[in-house]
Amino acid sequence: MEKNNNILTRLDWVTVILWLLMMIMGWLNIYAAVYNEQHTSIFDLSQRYGKQLMWIFAALVLAVFVIVTDNKLWFFFAWFIYGFFLLLLLLVLVLGKEINGARAWFEVGPFSIQPSEFAKFATGLALASYLNSQRQSSGMKVMAAATAIIIAPVMLIALQPDMGSVITYFAFFIVLYREGMSIWVFITAILAVLLFLLTLILGNLPVAIGLLGVAVFALLVTSGYMVTLKAAGVMAVAGGAAYLAGHYLLDLDLMLIIVIAVFLAGIVYAWYIYRQKLKSQAIIYIFLLSGLLYLFTVDYAFNNVLKPHQQTRINIMLGTEADPFGEGYNLNQSLISIGSGGFAGKGYLNGTQTKFKFVPEQSTDFIFCTVGEEWGFVGSTVVIGLFVLLLLRLLMMAERQRTTFVRAYGYGVFGLFLVHFFVNIGMTIGVMPVIGIPLPFFSYGGSSLWGFTILLFIFVRLDAGRTEYLG
Amino acid sequence: MKDRYANRKYFIMALVLLAAIILITRLFYIQIVNKTYRVSAANNALRPVTQYPARGLIYDRNGELIVYNQAAYDLLVIPVQTSAFDTVRFNEILGITMDDFNGRMKAAVSYSRRAPSVFMKMISSETYALLQEELYRFPGFYVQARTLRKYTRPVAAHLLGYVGEVDNKLISKDRYYRSGDYIGVSGIEKSYEEHLRGRKGVNIFLVDVHNNIKGSYAEGRYDTVAVPGTNLWSTIDLTLQEYGERLMQNKTGSIVAIEPATGEILTLVSSPTYDPALLVGRVRSENFSMLQADTVKPLFDRALMASYPPGSTFKIMNGLIGLQEDVIHPTSLFSCSNGYHAGSLTVACHSHSSPLNLVQAVAQSCNAWFCNAFRNTLENPKYNSIQDAFDKWRDYLVAFGFGNKLGIDLSNELPGNIPTRSYYDRYYGKDRWKALTVISLAIGQGEIGATPLQMANMATVIANRGSFYIPHVVKHIGNDGAPLPLYTQKYITGISPENFDPVIEGMEGAVNGGPGSTARGARLDSIIICGKTGTAQNPHGKDHSIFVAFAPKDNPQIAIAVYVENAGFGSTFAAPIASLLIEKYLTGEVKRKYLEDHVLRMVIQPGGKE
Repeated sequence: MEKNNNILTRLDWVTVILWLLMMIMGWLNIYAAVYNEQHTSIFDLSQRYGKQLMWIFAALVLAVFVIVTDNKLWFFFAWFIYGFFLLLLLLVLVLGKEINGARAWFEVGPFSIQPSEFAKFATGLALASYLNSQRQSSGMKVMAAATAIIIAPVMLIALQPDMGSVITYFAFFIVLYREGMSIWVFITAILAVLLFLLTLILGNLPVAIGLLGVAVFALLVTSGYMVTLKAAGVMAVAGGAAYLAGHYLLDLDLMLIIVIAVFLAGIVYAWYIYRQKLKSQAIIYIFLLSGLLYLFTVDYAFNNVLKPHQQTRINIMLGTEADPFGEGYNLNQSLISIGSGGFAGKGYLNGTQTKFKFVPEQSTDFIFCTVGEEWGFVGSTVVIGLFVLLLLRLLMMAERQRTTFVRAYGYGVFGLFLVHFFVNIGMTIGVMPVIGIPLPFFSYGGSSLWGFTILLFIFVRLDAGRTEYLG
Repeated sequence: MKDRYANRKYFIMALVLLAAIILITRLFYIQIVNKTYRVSAANNALRPVTQYPARGLIYDRNGELIVYNQAAYDLLVIPVQTSAFDTVRFNEILGITMDDFNGRMKAAVSYSRRAPSVFMKMISSETYALLQEELYRFPGFYVQARTLRKYTRPVAAHLLGYVGEVDNKLISKDRYYRSGDYIGVSGIEKSYEEHLRGRKGVNIFLVDVHNNIKGSYAEGRYDTVAVPGTNLWSTIDLTLQEYGERLMQNKTGSIVAIEPATGEILTLVSSPTYDPALLVGRVRSENFSMLQADTVKPLFDRALMASYPPGSTFKIMNGLIGLQEDVIHPTSLFSCSNGYHAGSLTVACHSHSSPLNLVQAVAQSCNAWFCNAFRNTLENPKYNSIQDAFDKWRDYLVAFGFGNKLGIDLSNELPGNIPTRSYYDRYYGKDRWKALTVISLAIGQGEIGATPLQMANMATVIANRGSFYIPHVVKHIGNDGAPLPLYTQKYITGISPENFDPVIEGMEGAVNGGPGSTARGARLDSIIICGKTGTAQNPHGKDHSIFVAFAPKDNPQIAIAVYVENAGFGSTFAAPIASLLIEKYLTGEVKRKYLEDHVLRMVIQPGGKE
């Protein structure tokens, strides 16, 4: 008894209250989203809001259960839990039920359970445990092993295939960033994404020319005027030769000619770089060449690796394609709902878009539409504000830990919430492509609610015991 | 413990704020700055109304209309936009039962709740008028104009083909088509689908909850205009086609007539046939099953698909090849004593004077003559082996278009069959066969098969003395268009023009010569017809009657092949039919009423039981 009281006083109540608030707001919005005149009772268990209420109660029980567990449990059993959920992810591929083309769900009696939602906290624990054991090192080897811990569940989920969940697991790279992974990994990744998007918007030729421009600029800054002029000269000769041969003799396209020209110029230039030991020029050159080769593969990857509906979703987000009755239907209807909410919203249960069910999946992935339509800009900002508060609180809690284990786990929780929050709301308003992932504590669904609750409360529990000694 | 990376938390914190700023800025823009979403929400449903372009018309070679369009209406439903309404009245208007209604609604819901699907196809103009008046009472339902095919005369069904609904397999492959769209399924409708269909347009309307159109969505930014289909001018002479079909009534078989100078098909008859109007609109699937179940196979396009041994008509080919290979000459004489005898082998022949030269042999269709000629061709000392000579022989046939699809602009064409060297090698052992082993090829029997189209093409090559254009059924695409490029390319067969002279003279003799000539039934006083009869052996019943011809002898205007199944000798049935068609085409009318009546009265039961 005394220990429990102790725990209660050390709990981070700000987080707990934010959690309760979000669940209640989510439930009210689910009620609005599926509201119809025949079932007006908010406790009607045949309706989604009735069921969600049940799951909220279950989540409360779960939260209490996690709170009363021993702190050390999560530390010592981290690997066991991780292994258990990897096994479940493996099993679901065989025994799972296929819904919307993905084998992501176990059917247990009347309930469907999605193991990938629960595997998130398991992955967070295992990753934290591993980083804790390697606490003195943030070297390449450690980071590679840590990456493998993240990638294992990702591969299994990709086989379902559930690309939405796959994307959320990349949130764990925030943990690796915090624990010292080289920033070059992130810079390269960000550049790759930017180049990818730019290529899709502008086509790869303008981007290639842009890259050449950047390279020239970098040369100017690092090596000065004369060297740049020489390099440009070599490049112009190689380019001219490649153009004449490529265009007139072989009928190659301009993009390929540029790549060949840069490659030729590189061969001519290599001895010069080697003799003069010009390291910065070599780096610039390697970046330019790999950038061009990457551009070359982007088109191919986009057209051959992504499925047509995924291509369309990305194009719609970038504004290069409109498909208001096909892939763009959700987004278009979502924008109309949220946009029509205006400043103060149409009022609770007064949303016409919501009431007439124009937005598919409105109680699950598109729950933010209801917020936007009925509560307007004010309500939307409040919800975003709540998430920002929760996220900053989680950051603060993570940073006050004494062990790498709890801090790393906290960052994992933080990262997952950040990704879910930004991607989910972003997709409803067209700043992200449509990716089917839930808004934590708002979206309808037991698996995601419980998954997020366990994820969050393990951290709350560990935080409450931060003064206790972990092995 | 040292924490070297503690500073990184500031960047992560900035990330949170950046995410929030991006979202709030965007929300500010769509909720407060931009007003269009409010307008869209006021008229809160979008309805795509596809603008179906009129399908291209089809004319005959003289500019006479064959196929055109009539209006029809589809009733569509968007399930999510429906709400409670008077189903009793609704069903009364459409003339359907409640069960029927539930079934259709269920089908629509299972296709998609938010995309339109066809509730009822091709409702009549009267029902449409009634429904249109009360449509406001049935939210979620709306009507879309379609067109149906209509035919000026009940002919040329196989050639024109029909239009049907796209299947799901194609929808998933080709993004142009949506569920409920029409597509050419066979004939010209299929091969020229991309020209005929035009381009669909779409108007996206805003609709309020009372099913009223409130205007264009986004000022029509997403609307597209429908482009009507391109009209086609067929090579068919509709009058001749109709006449051909009439002559073939109560008979099984086919007629293919080609303009030699261009490869344009004048007539393409496959009998028995059907009225193309049977496969239009709501009655199509029912009629299709009926036609499919019919034992006389009216859907089978014999002109392009039936492969028969060409019989004696093939002697022309062996004569031409022998001349070109220099193993026979027009003056070569071979004797015939009621057949060809070599050792124990005998190929029987009918009684005629002996010996004969090439011209006489063609005119009187002497088996022995062509057995000798074929044997000479295969035993040509110029080649190392019989087999090499056989390859050469086969090359000539392929150059004439035998053994492969000719490439007509109709998709159901079949290749026929010319056996290959390896076929015989497999059958008799490698190189263990001789000219005599395959001697039946000399008279067009055995493993050989040719379609009526290929035979008509052979007649075309003879008329042209060695060259042809691939037979085709569309003369020009669009008002001032050209045919497809494939059909403006001349093919040379490798037989020198002068070698055609004796063969053509023989064909002239067959029709116009004295006693012993085999095709006098085709003779016309005013025009010199050159022709050759044939009989295709039929293991299942009475032999098929074949006649190939062209006319006039100088500057030929028409080349023709006629097949009448189970009719016996070529001279009896096929020849007069060809002759009547030639007369009709070249003189514009048929004077020989007795012959016409005779042909029209002939009834030949399929299978050969008269």
